[in-house]
Amino acid sequence: MSMRRYYEFVIEALIFASGIASIIFVLLIFIFLLKEGLMLFEHVGVFEFLFGKYWYPISEPPRLGILPLILGSLWVTFGATVISVPLGIACAIFIGEIAPGWLKEVLKAGVELLAAIPSIVLGFIGLVTLVPMVKKVFGLPTGLTAISGSIMLAFMAMPTIVSIMEDALNAVPRGYREGSIAMGATQWQTIRRIVLPSASSGIIAAVMLGIGRVVGETMAVMMITGNAAVIPMSFFAPVRTMTATIAAEMGETVQGSEHYFALFAIGIVLFAITFVINLLADFALHGKQIRT
Amino acid sequence: MKLGNAQVEQKIVFFFLFLSTLIILIPVILVLIVIISRGSSVLNWAFLTAMPRMGMRSGGIFPTIVGTFYLVAGTLVFALPIGIFSAIYLSEYSKRNLLTRIIELAIVNLAGVPSVVYGLFGLGLFVVFLKFGASILAGSLTLAVMVLPVIITASREALQSVPRSFREVSYSLGATKWQTIRYAVLPHALPGILTGTILSVSRAAGETAPILFTVAAFYLPRLPQSIFDQAMALPYHLYVLSTQVPNVRLELQYGTALVLVGLIVIANLVAVIIRSYFRAKKQW
Repeated sequence: MSMRRYYEFVIEALIFASGIASIIFVLLIFIFLLKEGLMLFEHVGVFEFLFGKYWYPISEPPRLGILPLILGSLWVTFGATVISVPLGIACAIFIGEIAPGWLKEVLKAGVELLAAIPSIVLGFIGLVTLVPMVKKVFGLPTGLTAISGSIMLAFMAMPTIVSIMEDALNAVPRGYREGSIAMGATQWQTIRRIVLPSASSGIIAAVMLGIGRVVGETMAVMMITGNAAVIPMSFFAPVRTMTATIAAEMGETVQGSEHYFALFAIGIVLFAITFVINLLADFALHGKQIRT
Repeated sequence: MKLGNAQVEQKIVFFFLFLSTLIILIPVILVLIVIISRGSSVLNWAFLTAMPRMGMRSGGIFPTIVGTFYLVAGTLVFALPIGIFSAIYLSEYSKRNLLTRIIELAIVNLAGVPSVVYGLFGLGLFVVFLKFGASILAGSLTLAVMVLPVIITASREALQSVPRSFREVSYSLGATKWQTIRYAVLPHALPGILTGTILSVSRAAGETAPILFTVAAFYLPRLPQSIFDQAMALPYHLYVLSTQVPNVRLELQYGTALVLVGLIVIANLVAVIIRSYFRAKKQW
């Protein structure tokens, strides 16, 4: 009997340890980004790093200003948001409210399929199809531009936006719709005036998480935006994002160099951005629970 | 007459909503068609089982498939026990309190951390600090942390969908809490846990950024010998072929993409089949 109690004690200790593992990992990620990233600021000021206009990591001495990279991420993200939010919301309304049963399942499977395609594959397909197309349609010297990245990322954000928003629509009680229809409203009037306002916090969360996905996307954006670390002036010029900079340059740095620390410092910036976005999205979804 | 206008408006709006859905889904179908039609021309037994030759411009992709397999297996070894135990904690032990809320926020944040930041984390902790070097071990651990939220969320849902009465009957027969979980709850949650696991596996298999600095080898014309070896991997190989090596035949790139997408789609199909099979069999 005591043997069994000992066994149960060990198991339950393991369960509790695993339970808080997620907290530990978030902390570990944060600590190890800080551990390497903060070393940079022995050489470079925080302000100079965040708002420096020149990213020349291998010049002598290196210039490590990430403003071009922040703006690169911002431009690409903005473009992707403008494309993906209206399309994603429209698609979620169609799948969640309008499509009949069988079509709904087919469309949902299609969205899940899009989510399952690895970003490297989408990047490759973008490189061989989208990039030449953008070059031709807009008559540009190169198709490796911010707009290519925005289009690509819009598609990659779509599954997140559609599936979370569809959940939000599903959570609106049936009675709301029935009440509205019974009052003589059309189905569209019901969706627009009753269902969408009721699901608004879920829609906000869907958009936020979609943006989070776009900010963090790495491989596809690195392959098709041209990777020019200059302050972007147009959607039709090459840009370089923060994520792409880390992925492209980490392999070539010397461990312990300023450049190496700077890439970790970019990681801190990215981690902070996605942390805030996810927190806000979660509060939008579960805001009421926080008070308990 | 007013009603008529509303009907017309609805027709127009629904048409545009349908159009938006098509704009999203038609490219998905086109992407698959292109990958399949162009990739299948190089796809044969030799392509799958031969070593790459001539600076990866010909030959097969065998070591990349093996490498991806090792990485996925390694990921599961670490992520599965922690993920399931964590889900058990959240579903069976935790109360609605601040700690639970913080755990949930941590899971949401883990799911949202950019993949390349996982790469930095893996480099900092596993490769450099714990001195595993760029190795299958370091790569698997990095991927394991990344897929943890997927496994936890799916397993927790599966556990919570097991009816309360199952637990109550078990307690009434004198079983302890762990015995109840082990024999009355876990077996019924297994299909859901399995589905979540397969989805996380396919996620791990397709990721490139987390393995860039933790395990991926540019070109390694032999199979890895131990968990401390570097390995080639399918997604990284596709990256190398399409951007790092000049003059690679496009067909070879499509073929690699087809194998990667094929593996992932098959894994997802298996997950869907398991889910629907057990949903049909479920008796409560």
